[in-house]
Amino acid sequence: MASTAAAVPFWRAAGMTYITYSNICASLVRGCLKEPYRSDAGAREKVHFAVSKWANGKPEKSSIRSDSHSE
Amino acid sequence: MYRHGPRLLTRAIGGGVRRSAAVRAFSTDLAVAPSEDAAFVEAWRKLAPNIDPPKTPFAFMKPRPPTPSSIPSKLTINFVLPYQSEISNKEVDMVIVPATTGQMGVLPGHVATIAELKPGLLYVHEGSEVTKYFVSSGFAFVHANSITDIVAVEAVPVDHIDPSLVQKGLADFTQKLNSATTDFEKAEAQIGIDVHSALNAALSG
Repeated sequence: MASTAAAVPFWRAAGMTYITYSNICASLVRGCLKEPYRSDAGAREKVHFAVSKWANGKPEKSSIRSDSHSE
Repeated sequence: MYRHGPRLLTRAIGGGVRRSAAVRAFSTDLAVAPSEDAAFVEAWRKLAPNIDPPKTPFAFMKPRPPTPSSIPSKLTINFVLPYQSEISNKEVDMVIVPATTGQMGVLPGHVATIAELKPGLLYVHEGSEVTKYFVSSGFAFVHANSITDIVAVEAVPVDHIDPSLVQKGLADFTQKLNSATTDFEKAEAQIGIDVHSALNAALSG
């Protein structure tokens, strides 16, 4: 079967994944909201997670990351 | 998993040969999966007759409505965001989604489609009223049984948008595009321009 080269979107050609693209679009839209909605939306962007690397069956270190998506 | 059985089989059999009319069942046309596994339930009752057999997720799921033989008069839409369900099982006349290929109008009886959405306006037409949302990006799935699922990451009514911030953003990103060096930065700046110009068009249109 002949395979045709699909026209990739510019962001994928630049090495970005769809999720990254979608999240950037969403945070840009949130940044353009009027005031009470903007602070509500800000709460949606916060992520809080703990990352721990494991080696030899034991956790090495655990770092808690609490980023606000846009920063 | 077993629901995809017939589809995978037809793909394996007919995949190598190019057919002019390849027929694949849509998920709405397949037979409904049984809500409980008869063999399992029977074996359970033999072993533990006094205890009710456990219910599996299938028992709780409502079967998909089958594709009706005649075109229904209304479209049922579900519009969900990660943090809330904006519209759930609402019967409407038409919905216009901002697909990457252009504004697409979905009427009852629309062919089954999967559309990737670009930042733009989503219109829901119900009788004479139209509800507008600005959608950041997402997907729209139109099923053969006239149910449409729209998923978006962020969707706001147009009057929640601040025009001055939109103009400022547009100017910022146009300037960033000029000063961008790597491909990634250029892509980010281009996304910024796209989103802000769509916001601009939504505010003025």
